[in-house]
Amino acid sequence: MSTPDRPAKRVTVTHPRTAAARSAPRRGVRRDVRDQTELGVTMMTSLRRAQLRLALIVGLGVAVVVGVIPLVFLAFPTVREARVGGLAVGWVLLGVLVFPAICGAAWVYVRAAERNEAEFVDLVERS
Amino acid sequence: MAIVAVVLATVVIGTFGVRVSRTTSDFLVASRSVTPLLNASAIGGEYLSAASFLGIAGLVLTYGVDMLWFPVGYTVGYLVLLVLVAAPLRRSGAYTLPDFAEMRLGSLRLRRVSSVLVVLIGWLYLLPQFQGAGITLHALTGAPQWIGAFVVAIVVGVTVAAGGMRSITVVQAFQYWLKLVAIALPAVLLVGAWYRDGSPVFAAGDWGTPLSGYGGREYPLYSTYSIVLATFLGTMGLPHVLVRFYTNPEGRAARRTTLAVLGLLSVFYLFPPVFGALGRIYTPELAGTSAADTVVLLLPGRVFHGWLGQALSSLVAAGAFAAFLSTASGLSVSVAGVLSQDVLTHDRRLGDGVRRFRIGTAIAIVVPFGLALVAGRADLAETVTLAFAVAASTFCPLLVLGIWWPRLTVRGAIAALVVGGGSALATVAVVLAFGPFHGVLGALLEQPAAWTVPLAFGTAIGVSLLTRDSVPRTTATALVRLHSPEELDVRR
Repeated sequence: MSTPDRPAKRVTVTHPRTAAARSAPRRGVRRDVRDQTELGVTMMTSLRRAQLRLALIVGLGVAVVVGVIPLVFLAFPTVREARVGGLAVGWVLLGVLVFPAICGAAWVYVRAAERNEAEFVDLVERS
Repeated sequence: MAIVAVVLATVVIGTFGVRVSRTTSDFLVASRSVTPLLNASAIGGEYLSAASFLGIAGLVLTYGVDMLWFPVGYTVGYLVLLVLVAAPLRRSGAYTLPDFAEMRLGSLRLRRVSSVLVVLIGWLYLLPQFQGAGITLHALTGAPQWIGAFVVAIVVGVTVAAGGMRSITVVQAFQYWLKLVAIALPAVLLVGAWYRDGSPVFAAGDWGTPLSGYGGREYPLYSTYSIVLATFLGTMGLPHVLVRFYTNPEGRAARRTTLAVLGLLSVFYLFPPVFGALGRIYTPELAGTSAADTVVLLLPGRVFHGWLGQALSSLVAAGAFAAFLSTASGLSVSVAGVLSQDVLTHDRRLGDGVRRFRIGTAIAIVVPFGLALVAGRADLAETVTLAFAVAASTFCPLLVLGIWWPRLTVRGAIAALVVGGGSALATVAVVLAFGPFHGVLGALLEQPAAWTVPLAFGTAIGVSLLTRDSVPRTTATALVRLHSPEELDVRR
């Protein structure tokens, strides 16, 4: 939402005259992640938790919304008998409407999960 | 005629694939050279089985609106798989569930238990495919039930043993689109004919009312939730579903492929209930009989007469056979893969990898074929859901906790597989041998997921916490591998 585009890569426009300024490009904390130093493990754990939180929000969200339908039918007999455009509400809901909802939730999830990963990669490569 | 055409097309594409695939890795995973849309179509083609093509309509015809939970569950199962499993599973590099178990927890014992369960779930899922083929051929030609099953067994055996995964991928993708056309076109025309007839409505009883227990189903609320739990959580544990993820090049592609699969499934599942609903009006005599599963096959011929009726009947028959062939092929590939890698490895006389894979294929097919000849007939979609229930009670805890919970131990995982799988398989065996049951006992036995899944999760977590000293030392490495994006290249 906030930053759909990654910030442009920094470009060095001047050629430094001293050798000291031309140190090797920074490798970031990539090595920390690979070697599981304390820093690397902490960062991976934060990514894993972020992804799990996202998965639970989307997964449980859909499961609760869909899973509560039988309880609504149970609690409100009038809903059970209600009709939408000549068809009983159960058919419309379970036969048609759930499917776009599922696909929409999946689309939101894929975008958000990829953003989490892109932010993580950015963080690792820049720090 | 149409069935012959589908069988021929499958064999032709299958044998064509043989020329391209030569090495063992080609056989097993199509060397990962499969594009996302092709892969998504192949997953859809493989997933839409006899239960989806015939079974859902049959159940809707007999029991009414509550049965729509089957297609909803089959679809949400993929969503759950997407959010919890897809990308990490691909990043694990596992080709089979036993591979994943070993990669994550490093235990050969756990690997063997997983192998046994993969084979058992595969057989349980193959059984209704063979039965479906039997009733289809019987309904159309009056041939004895075993002939249809025999045709499917032979075709699947030949194409899988000859072509392996590469040819299967192209065949499966083709079969998704064939199945979609075969169910959508007749459904649209049927709705048109129904409209022309003045849209008659079947009004007797509570057939169209949720939770009414129409058709003699007891405890509708409990069985609804049990179906929901089995299908939501069981999809990820089906052997032929997991194998497909290996053909994605990396984790992100695995997610995008799954998203495409959800779209393809959602479109397909709009149509089977149409047959069940219109069957109430045009073929009410099928409801509640063992022929209910044939409503998709018989309805077009009943509504349309002359050449149109015949053409549409051929089309749905072709789609039905595509369903049996594709699902049975996918399952045979994964069961044969596990058999050849984990079970047949000790005997040198069995020869090289390709030869062992072929022997594995034969075993994978012969056992459920034999079972199909002797087992009693339950509804197709019900039998398939038993396989989902076993998968949800075993591999779902293994995958979900393995991917997200660092404190899982080997003993916790094994205990969950044994307790969850044991209880679910025991109920399946009892139901297949002595069913159907009635009353509370019947509900608990025929829809076991509602108690076996929590039992399996509880066992995994409880035993892991009791054995918390023995968390594998490789856990951190494994979790990094499962969750780190490919760009970081931390794998080597």
